[in-house]
Amino acid sequence: MSSLDQKASSSATTERVKASLRKRYAAEKRFKLYGIVAISASIAFLFLLMGSIISKGLPAFSQTYVNLNVSLSAEQLDIDPTATDSELRRANFSGVIKQAMRDRFPDVSKRRDKKALYSLISTGAEYDLYDRIVADRSLIGQNVNLWLIADDELSAIVKSKSDLSAPDSIVTRLTDQQVGWAKNLQDAGDVDVRFNRTFFVNGDSREPELAGIKAALMGSAFTLLITFTLSFPIAVASAIYLEEFAPQNRWTDIVEVNINNLAAVPSIVFGLLGLAVFINFFHLPRSAPIVGGIVLSLMTLPTIIISSRAALKAVPPSIREAARGLGASPLQVVTHHVLPLAMPGILTGTIIGLAQALGETAPLLMIGMVAFIVDIPTSVTDAATVLPVQVFLWADSPERAFLEKTSAAIMVLLVFLILMNAIAVMLRKRFERRW
Amino acid sequence: MPSSAQEAFDKLTHTVGTPTVDNAKMQTRNVNVFYGEKQAIYDVDLDIGQNEVIAMIGPSGCGKSTFLRCLNRMNDTIPSCRVTGQMSLDGEDLYGADLDPVLLRARVGMVFQKPNPFAKSIYDNVAYGPRIHGLAGNRAELDDIVVDSLRKAGLYDEVKDRLDAPGTSLSGGQQQRLCIARTIAVSPEVILMDEPCSALDPIATARIEELIDELRENFAIAIVTHSMQQAARVSQRCAYFHLGKLVEVDDTSTVFTNPQHELTENYITGRFG
Repeated sequence: MSSLDQKASSSATTERVKASLRKRYAAEKRFKLYGIVAISASIAFLFLLMGSIISKGLPAFSQTYVNLNVSLSAEQLDIDPTATDSELRRANFSGVIKQAMRDRFPDVSKRRDKKALYSLISTGAEYDLYDRIVADRSLIGQNVNLWLIADDELSAIVKSKSDLSAPDSIVTRLTDQQVGWAKNLQDAGDVDVRFNRTFFVNGDSREPELAGIKAALMGSAFTLLITFTLSFPIAVASAIYLEEFAPQNRWTDIVEVNINNLAAVPSIVFGLLGLAVFINFFHLPRSAPIVGGIVLSLMTLPTIIISSRAALKAVPPSIREAARGLGASPLQVVTHHVLPLAMPGILTGTIIGLAQALGETAPLLMIGMVAFIVDIPTSVTDAATVLPVQVFLWADSPERAFLEKTSAAIMVLLVFLILMNAIAVMLRKRFERRW
Repeated sequence: MPSSAQEAFDKLTHTVGTPTVDNAKMQTRNVNVFYGEKQAIYDVDLDIGQNEVIAMIGPSGCGKSTFLRCLNRMNDTIPSCRVTGQMSLDGEDLYGADLDPVLLRARVGMVFQKPNPFAKSIYDNVAYGPRIHGLAGNRAELDDIVVDSLRKAGLYDEVKDRLDAPGTSLSGGQQQRLCIARTIAVSPEVILMDEPCSALDPIATARIEELIDELRENFAIAIVTHSMQQAARVSQRCAYFHLGKLVEVDDTSTVFTNPQHELTENYITGRFG
């Protein structure tokens, strides 16, 4: 080939490469664009979801109180001033509150109207009164100004900051007359919106203004504690055995296939298993975090085993050889070198598994953790429910105020999850080492 | 391979030269190694003498690394690997029923091709072996072992101010010397080196070669290398492997100046390999 031909062919090559380069760069640009669009879409959905939950749930963190002048005479309470605490329980608290309401609105005379008037104050106010008197006996016989918990419907129209002078524009179950009373109370400065402590210290309740998240929160905490203490050591031990010690034969292949299959079993099946084995056969208590925890650990095990095996596999073989070459026993190779290096990956898998367990509802329905729990569980054998089940229960309730509770419960669930993840990230940072 | 060389290989039934020595530290007789059905080593007889450096050379895949790794049973973890024949350390059968491979590896240390320090501090890297074997009674003794090993490995002056720094923060050559320090901290009797300089630059290589020469005073060393110059520089005896057979073994000077076998000559003169 002459040098001229060579030149011509090389410039032709350049042209072709240039033409194809344009195409390749265009393809790259398109690909980047798809990525950006995908990420923007997911962020937008996330914001939409979070925005909706937060805007709906925030009102649940505040509680409306009504200021009333209550006369706590022993006579009206229908008690002996020296009554014991348990005798005090039978005192006529609702009577004194009703009296206080009648005193506040002396014009109300009809029986039906009175009933409508009384319904503006929550039944929880009675328990509140009892607590106050037990704490301070000197209140008996006095006339005191007290802030009492308002009913959820009154609370809703106050918190929504609607114009109470135009009852027609407000969506509420309250009558125009009741809205009028509310307006009267508000104008007199006798209505106040405060932080809702009740939500964090109470269990569930039929009354939305008294319903709290603590029972479900404790239930979730106990359940996850059981899940973690069972699944983490068992899963890590199985992963280490399978990855580092087990011979490669048909049996270990079968075990491996089955672990992978277990990870794909619908969670409700684990619930049925829990019901049949742990409750019906071993007679463990129903609705208890211990059973929930065991069932969820069964569900979490394959997730942790699979990710732990992947983490162990990712440790470079040269580290194992180095340790073995120095005369470390097989167990020392694992515990001194392989496991510390695999720990970040194992923790990631664990947190994914536990997050799954935290959000799981279906299997817990089967073992009775769907109960209406008023008392805060104090041990793993107490009847309990968990956060997602509480969300499910509240979402199912007809009262409008449970709508905000539902969103608030989701927020608590998310905060729980974020805290858990934060701990995991912290632990991972501690373990993370380069090699 | 030229056809004449092929013929020479096919005809090869016994090793040329002198595979045995009088003061043998390790002895191997009729060693065959199989990976499953495939045979990797054929009937190798070879001695490793006290205080000598023996270099193993040969083209890739000739089995020299496999042979080396059998000497401290590092191949045990490969399930398909099978070894027949006799291998012994001070007359003790390496594959005997009463020999513990963990103990064997404490006596026969190994340095690998790629520097592989642990994800620990420089100090802990060196102290690891003595710790697991309980070689030091107290902290002061352990300190002595660590400093002494680092000195012997020619690394102490470079790292004495940062013994707490991670071993992985060192340069490649320093890491390899750290690995050597880690190996000699256990005071093994034999050190196996599997291409210890292949990942290093010429300056670092020169340091390691000097070091190997110094270590010969106290240890028997077997080194696998792809560099014939390196083999010529550091070893007293040299073994040439070809396709799983030990072709020739003799004093290094003899092998390089007056090779007896055609294959050896071809290899060291650069005709192939």
